[in-house]
Amino acid sequence: MIEAAFFYLYAIILVVSAFMVIVSRNPVHSVLFLILAFFNGAALFVMLGAELLGMLLLIVYVGAVAVLFLFVVMMLDIDFAEMRKGLLKYLPVGGAVGVVVMLELLIVFGSWAAAPDAASHLGAPAPEGLTNTEALGQILYTKYVYFFQLAGLVLLVAMIGAIVLTLHHRENVKRQNIPDQIARTREMAVELKDVEPGQGI
Amino acid sequence: MIGLEHYLSLSAVLLTIGMFGIFLNRKNVIIMLMSVELMLLAVNINLVAFSSFLGDLTGQVFAMLVLTVAAAEAAIGLAILVVFFRNRGSIDVEDVDMMKG
Repeated sequence: MIEAAFFYLYAIILVVSAFMVIVSRNPVHSVLFLILAFFNGAALFVMLGAELLGMLLLIVYVGAVAVLFLFVVMMLDIDFAEMRKGLLKYLPVGGAVGVVVMLELLIVFGSWAAAPDAASHLGAPAPEGLTNTEALGQILYTKYVYFFQLAGLVLLVAMIGAIVLTLHHRENVKRQNIPDQIARTREMAVELKDVEPGQGI
Repeated sequence: MIGLEHYLSLSAVLLTIGMFGIFLNRKNVIIMLMSVELMLLAVNINLVAFSSFLGDLTGQVFAMLVLTVAAAEAAIGLAILVVFFRNRGSIDVEDVDMMKG
């Protein structure tokens, strides 16, 4: 009973905040609603017994991705009122496609059933008496180690890609060049002039 | 009692909202990227729900890969967005036509 109450609480907040993400006028509000949606998603993960993924969702999404969105929204100087102009133009087609997809998914999920022998085909059955984090750790670094390396590679490529895309050197900006400074000798820097008395330079 | 169907319906609703958001915010790439994040969250809820109800951890490992790819996608997408804004001064999708012949 209390499980159902909490499920509906989190689910309703999740759906409402997801809806607010796509309809709010101010993109900063959108990002904040996205954070609320992720918090409720993490709560649902914890309810499902996937504590590690719930906490990962908070750290990765709220801590990194949502803050990245917030940075970009605040950094770009965009007239957001102008952006809202064509909103109603796409409402009918978007609504039609949305309703069709929703109905199809609900039809699939409504008449869905697991195969009778599904329990004998589990890839990595959850072990008894271990916490979710321990159980995931035991398979992630052994059975799925290549997969783990692949995830690391994806992140590396994303990092390099983002740096290469956004890094640009501005011309006519004076920068400190440390090798040049260190390689400077007395002869390069000081020039002795023999000044005649009473004349100046 | 909350069954698997509850979670599946929730993720269906969330996926539909994400897709609707992409249609609705055709001018604002930032909101489109956020809608993609919502859709990936829906997929993750699906994977974790099946994993939990079947007692199989593979779904959670898979959800971790989805999380990784979502983070990478957000980083690359926002980097492209920043470069595009620097070049054109706009983030309207309809302005992305510099490569047309």
